[in-house]
Amino acid sequence: MTQHRSGPEQARPLANVETTQAEAGGASTDGSAPLVEVEHLKVFFPIKSGLFFDREVARVHAVNDVTLSIAEGETMGLVGESGCGKTTISRAIMRLVDSTEGAIRFRGQDVTHAGRRRMEPLRREMQMVFQDPFASLNPRKRVGQIIGLPLRLHGSERKEIEPQVRELLARVGLHKEHVNRFPHEFSGGQRQRIGVARALALEPRLIVLDEPVSALDVSVQAQIINLLDDLQDDFKLTYLFVAHDLSVVRHVSDRIAVMYLGKLMEVSPAEELYTKPIHPYTSALLSAIPIPDPEENRRRERMVVSGEPPNPINPPSGCVFHTRCPRATDVCRTLEPPLARYPNGHLAACHHPMNVSPEEVKATEKDRTSPLSAGDELPAASGANGSGLGDGH
Amino acid sequence: MSEPPAPAAGGPLLTVEDLKVSFATEEGTVQAVDGVSFELSAGEVLAVVGESGSGKSVTAMTLLGLTRFPNAHFEGAAHYKGSELVGASDDLLRRVRGAEIAMIFQDPMTSLNPVQKIGSQIVEQIQEHEGSPQAEARERTIELLERVGIPRARERVDNYPFEFSGGMRQRVMIAMALSCNPSILIADEPTTALDVTIQAQILERIRELRDETNAAVILVTHDLGVVADIADRIAVMYAGRIVEQGTLDDVFYDPQHPYTWGLLGSITRVDRPRPERLPAIAGLPPSLADRPEGCHFRPRCPHEFSECTKVPALESRLEGRPDHKDRCWLSASEKRVKREVQPGEIGLTSKEGAAA
Amino acid sequence: MATDPLADQAALQGREAWEQEAERERAHGIGPWRLALRRLRRNKVALAFGFLFVLLVACCVAAPLWADRVAHTGPNENHLSDTIRVGGETKNVVGLDGIPIGPTWRGEFFLGADSNGRDIMVRLLYGGRNSLLVGISAALITTILSIVLGLIAGYSHGASDAAVSSLLDILWSFPVVILGVALGVALALDGVDIGPFSVSGDSLLIPIFVIAIAYVPYMARPLRGQVLSLREREFVEAARAQGAGPLRIMFTEVLPSLTSTILVFSTLLIANAVLLEAALSFLGAGIRPPNPSWGTMIDDGVDRISTAPHLAIVPGAMLVLTVLSLNVLGDGVRDALDPRANVRLEH
Repeated sequence: MTQHRSGPEQARPLANVETTQAEAGGASTDGSAPLVEVEHLKVFFPIKSGLFFDREVARVHAVNDVTLSIAEGETMGLVGESGCGKTTISRAIMRLVDSTEGAIRFRGQDVTHAGRRRMEPLRREMQMVFQDPFASLNPRKRVGQIIGLPLRLHGSERKEIEPQVRELLARVGLHKEHVNRFPHEFSGGQRQRIGVARALALEPRLIVLDEPVSALDVSVQAQIINLLDDLQDDFKLTYLFVAHDLSVVRHVSDRIAVMYLGKLMEVSPAEELYTKPIHPYTSALLSAIPIPDPEENRRRERMVVSGEPPNPINPPSGCVFHTRCPRATDVCRTLEPPLARYPNGHLAACHHPMNVSPEEVKATEKDRTSPLSAGDELPAASGANGSGLGDGH
Repeated sequence: MSEPPAPAAGGPLLTVEDLKVSFATEEGTVQAVDGVSFELSAGEVLAVVGESGSGKSVTAMTLLGLTRFPNAHFEGAAHYKGSELVGASDDLLRRVRGAEIAMIFQDPMTSLNPVQKIGSQIVEQIQEHEGSPQAEARERTIELLERVGIPRARERVDNYPFEFSGGMRQRVMIAMALSCNPSILIADEPTTALDVTIQAQILERIRELRDETNAAVILVTHDLGVVADIADRIAVMYAGRIVEQGTLDDVFYDPQHPYTWGLLGSITRVDRPRPERLPAIAGLPPSLADRPEGCHFRPRCPHEFSECTKVPALESRLEGRPDHKDRCWLSASEKRVKREVQPGEIGLTSKEGAAA
Repeated sequence: MATDPLADQAALQGREAWEQEAERERAHGIGPWRLALRRLRRNKVALAFGFLFVLLVACCVAAPLWADRVAHTGPNENHLSDTIRVGGETKNVVGLDGIPIGPTWRGEFFLGADSNGRDIMVRLLYGGRNSLLVGISAALITTILSIVLGLIAGYSHGASDAAVSSLLDILWSFPVVILGVALGVALALDGVDIGPFSVSGDSLLIPIFVIAIAYVPYMARPLRGQVLSLREREFVEAARAQGAGPLRIMFTEVLPSLTSTILVFSTLLIANAVLLEAALSFLGAGIRPPNPSWGTMIDDGVDRISTAPHLAIVPGAMLVLTVLSLNVLGDGVRDALDPRANVRLEH
């Protein structure tokens, strides 16, 4: 259902859009300012308990010093398992959750602690699509009202809203006549399209998508991903695509960031992540995904990760992945690895990277986006590669 | 305790014949399962694959009598070891559940009693079916927990479900399911709610346990990746009917039904270069209360023709392969041609005019 | 016999999964309200009792008509020394032994007279007006207050929630009747005189106010609980992400989801309020004599229960009928709005 239409009526003056294919992490280096960036962002949730007054007894380190930037027009995939912090980052960027430390910038403006008033004009430019198509639409409101809400909030006249809403419905592949129906009358995939239509209503620059297809059937997932692809071209959108499924995010992303327990493990140009994963966690994730091809499945070598993710209230010392990593050694237990820069803008935080040649290891530098708590210890050429390591874990 | 039903001499463990389940609702009669037949032998893993609305879960739950609502209507039969499960007495079902056929569900949090220690839940089940003394049942429970991979099982046997993570709870569910050595294990989307690394561990565990106990497994899922990992045979369901049935390799490498082509074609694979555009199956599954005449997949099928208004029977249309059955009127040679959307790529082309 | 937790939980989960699928197929264009109305219409019992309640209200509203045209007397007119003709005989309205006449089933003194010679039927209807007026008004005020307090407490964190919740808890800890009596007596003693407000001790506003306050926690707390959980729902988050402010969210996103709870609760609340009014009036802390109310009538009749049982039975029966019909209607409304409570059998 590719409908090639011209862009929206009132075309906005576009910022300097450079189609970044595999640019270095930190788009500020290539001339086009990042649309949104977070710098050394920490989001900790307090755990309170007490008899009369709640006192903070512990904190959940949901996001633990993450620096990322997304250039205009690019799609950043943010991947990780539950508890890694990816959802929290998406909420922090949308200012639905307060951050504890660090900075969030939108078009260069600092919005880290922006209140509702400061955020109002910015809300036009960034919108969100939620995971659960059943819960993200108010069951008591009609679809037209749901999609029209952002328009109402930002001052559109009632008369203008109706035709715009119908247009949006058509744009996402639904029937215009359905504008007065209720959410429960639509299937999961259709509801998700409504969610996308709602996000598009204000013609934003950035759309944050929080696991938009996880709750959908496989064949419907493909439809929605295709839709998102088309819309990005037509509306010149920038996406932050949060997912736990590496296979889904591959199709839409330009770059992919892999998170674990609140920290970045690897940031890579999309295709390279699958052909040349540097961090063992990425490799484990890829291994764990069952391939729908019995022969391939039987044949391939799989790196199975044992154990369970540790508690984010008490993250492990050194490299947060060391408790489950088959390549972990003493240095991994004590020293947090910095984010090292490899060729092609590929970053990885590991003392024993995989799939890299000794020359590449020697040439690494510590990236400026490395967490402040990480040391300067770059991987030694001898420590890289090799599947089994003498020290074991 | 009372005796379990007598085993049949040789032959399949479970035979389901033309099972039909419908529910009367305000909006009309919903035909959830529309004539499902299959066989299950000891030690084999049968994957029942389908999307929501396909009827796969209702089929699995009907085997254990878990769909006996006041407005439900059943037809057909399910023979297990000489007894009939559909329409069986409550007493028979109680003896069968847990001891003969055990089930694991998708969300372990709602399937485990949150206010009871997991140890005592399992012990209760053992005692219910086998009447063992408390101490013995407890020892067996601890052993089971160790077998499913729960660390420090002796201490954790007295924990409550909320003290376990999702993956661990699922292991507890598996332990509970295996506690009375069932002959059949039904797993309804056991790993959908889990992280991918935990999913891999659980699947491996299920496979190992199947090898050890020779139990048969019915795996209900929508994830073809999981199926490729552990299934021996597959039944693909669509709108209440099985549309294709065969061995793992049969269905993956020689799929006969257009819906299967569509499913296989729309999966994103991490080990292949990424396609320009994800092939998708246009349209939606039919409303459960209002199905099209003849082949249910007709409105979405780009290869439909005049025969398709008649319900295709589930039978093998291939020479010499009686166990690979499908419900598509196209001839075997036509299928071979139509399913290749690109050289070497199986998929479903888009149907003209179908709503996306 | 050990329970079978697997099967129980499985049944729940199975129904859920199936219902999710069936829900997709609902008739097009029908919103949750019309669906509920359809279900309600099929519930004959609830409809019957609803109709009964409406009938009761209508009769009470028509009290002056009855008083003028049929009974030819007012609710407070004594006929101590009057006689009427019944069945050819002439009888005293109130006998020489003090026992009033029983039901005559005729226009005047249709249901008999009370110890003061007043027409019971007329008093019943006028009393009904008062009782129902008090009950319904109180329920209305409670509802409004509960919505406001529930929304504030549930939606805002911290201080406002703590303050409102503590207030509700304090109110809640008093048994309703005791609170009602205490407040009722205190306020009715000299009336209320706050600044520009001046209400006499006899005014109906006092029992209305007292009953309304007494019941606020019973509705506000459940509402608060619902708001607490609704606040975390994704569609509320979506509204926040679009820049909606708290007030807007409270009223346009959260409140619509509360309406079914509110509807069901208010129906049941009216019943409770009417009952409480009767209790307070019975104890002398509600509507004050000589104004009729079902409670005061029961009070009058209790002493003569052996000699003139109709004095107490008649208003008592009315009370029962009213409360019963409201309860059944309320149940029916709840079932119509929330079909998950039961799986229904279609014939």
